[in-house]
Amino acid sequence: MAEVELEEVTKSWGGAPAVDRVSFSARTGDLVALLGPSGCGKSTTLRLIAGLETASSGTIRIAGRDVTARPPATRGVSMVFQNYALFPHLTVAENIVFGLKVRDVPKAEREARLKRAAGILGLEKLLDRKPSQLSGGQQQRVALGRAIVAETPVCLMDEPLSNLDAQLRVEMRREIRALQKRLGMTMLYVTHDQVEAMTMADQVVLMKDGRIEQDGPPAELYESPATIFTARFVGTPPMNVLPASVLAAAGAPMAGHGPQGRPLGGLAIGIRPEDARLAETGAEATVAAVEYLGADTLVEARVRDHPFIVRLPGRAAVDVGGQIRLAWEPGRAHWFDLSSQRRIA
Amino acid sequence: MDARLVISPQPLLRRVMTHPRLTATIHGWLLLLPAMALLALFTHWPAVATFIDSFYSTPRPRRPSRFVGLDNYQQILADPVFWQSLWNNLLFALGTIPVSIALALLMAVWVNDRIVGRTAVRMAYFTPTVLPMIAVANIWLFFYTPQYGLLEQITALFGAEPRNWLGSKDTALFAVTLVAIWKEAGFFMIFYLAALQSISPSLAEAAALEGASRWTFFRRVQFPLLMPTTLFVLVNAVINAFRMVDHIVVMTRGGPDNATSLLLFYIYQVGFNFWDTTYAAALTTVLLVLLALVALLQYGWLERRIHYR
Ligand SMILES: Nc1ncnc2c1ncn2[C@@H]1O[C@H](COP(=O)(O)OP(=O)(O)OP(=O)(O)O)[C@@H](O)[C@H]1O
Ligand SMILES: [Mg+2]
Repeated sequence: MAEVELEEVTKSWGGAPAVDRVSFSARTGDLVALLGPSGCGKSTTLRLIAGLETASSGTIRIAGRDVTARPPATRGVSMVFQNYALFPHLTVAENIVFGLKVRDVPKAEREARLKRAAGILGLEKLLDRKPSQLSGGQQQRVALGRAIVAETPVCLMDEPLSNLDAQLRVEMRREIRALQKRLGMTMLYVTHDQVEAMTMADQVVLMKDGRIEQDGPPAELYESPATIFTARFVGTPPMNVLPASVLAAAGAPMAGHGPQGRPLGGLAIGIRPEDARLAETGAEATVAAVEYLGADTLVEARVRDHPFIVRLPGRAAVDVGGQIRLAWEPGRAHWFDLSSQRRIA
Repeated sequence: MDARLVISPQPLLRRVMTHPRLTATIHGWLLLLPAMALLALFTHWPAVATFIDSFYSTPRPRRPSRFVGLDNYQQILADPVFWQSLWNNLLFALGTIPVSIALALLMAVWVNDRIVGRTAVRMAYFTPTVLPMIAVANIWLFFYTPQYGLLEQITALFGAEPRNWLGSKDTALFAVTLVAIWKEAGFFMIFYLAALQSISPSLAEAAALEGASRWTFFRRVQFPLLMPTTLFVLVNAVINAFRMVDHIVVMTRGGPDNATSLLLFYIYQVGFNFWDTTYAAALTTVLLVLLALVALLQYGWLERRIHYR
């Protein structure tokens, strides 16, 4: 069942729409990542769902009810803000139960929920502190606590980890995912970090310029990207996308035409860095740089002035400036139409 | 003889000048000096001189000034006009301080919310602050004029009795209090507005998501976060309540029958109309002590409750 559903939702502030006819749905209990580059409309989409912005057109449904015109408090959503939005003059405990107090939840019930949330998040010892006396990760957990005690079926998060250091981010990522599963929440999670989206989400909605570029499980985005944009946005380092004719001229192992017998002229081929290997025969390339990462080596090569990155296992024996030949399994090549930018096979 | 003990003045000076921390300190004091000198000359010294003067008698052509101890202060205790002025001043303070602060807060919260034409409203509220008090007093003098003043014309529309607002003992203090409120509220609003704008808008959004009403958000979030501003404004309001004198001079000259005589106005009268300078000095000392007490009380009592960071 769909817990959150958007239908042709548009939001504009006079100029070009920030969110342009966006439709997607999140199943109950799923973690859905809203992914995309800066300014693509992720936050706006989330705020539309929360009711902090009103849609210019379209319908938003939560748990089957049309909430498009409803105020935020009646939508049954909780939200974790990017800057946490903790009340600086209240203690951790007061921050967490703020909403319960506002809603006149009885004291005993409030205490019970607070205790449970504090237990889950490991905040028991910090309940009397003020937000300014907490580290970034602890503040983050308090914000999460506020969302948990509301016990709303839907939880929205706007880049909750962007203020944390890399180590803590990995930890919190795991914690949030575990918590979401344990409480059975439906979570919409905004991020511009594709690793975060890929590792945490059941479903990824990739946006660009206010529109949905692709909507599907992480594996689908990775294995069969619908557009060149998706192909290059998902995965690090990004997929190599080169005009098919360039690769053919460089001697890549391929037929003289594209799928469905289309001529190579208007097509592009995408090869993931990990799908390419060094071979006796293949596309000629010059090594421009070598980056040794320990478990593998990234070789940045140039195929007729087009950059092409290859990931080789272990320590690769290539020299900067040397000539190499690149090959790949034909089945691992992604074909795109250059004029529509869309996938054809 | 130990060579280190024989230090000629020159190397010593050089050593002092090149010692980094010492030079920084000397530079600091040198930079402060002009401001300090001015402050001492025009603020600290007059204050001390006033205090000293208050123990002397006022020099008259035939009787030079002499030390009289606490005579001036005893005279204050027995002076009915002083007590009346103090009482008036308390009423004036009680009238202006809470009302102007509440009004300032209300206007700031209102202007801070996204209303149409908020720049215009903000400007309109701030105008009284920009106007000199003398001009303000003149405007209000016109409002209060008997028979053809604005206020009279309006009340006449409703069939009210004609009244001399500034000329009657019953209404004069109220009338000048109103002017002060009008003048001060806009000024305090600016401080509140600045403080409100430093509150992250996501706090309002978080509260809205939790179902907090506008009032709840104000009471539980905005108001507590504004407490440092309130303290600052309060101290200023108290000081202003004892410092404002221009509009009294223009509008009532303390009358009728001392009904609008405030402390500072009385001091001015004693000092510059009656030329009893040392008695004025004693009155000034009393006023300063009063103000210092109030400020100490406010900081001591409130400061502990408002520092949430
Ligand atoms: N209040 C507003 N008024 C006008 N334009 C806005 C407003 N809020 C956002 N926009 C515009 O809408 C577009 C999408 O903004 P949004 O905040 O949703 O981006 P985002 O995907 O969250 O980006 P980021 O990753 O940087 O947070 C941007 O072009 C932005 O300039
Ligand atoms: Mg954003």
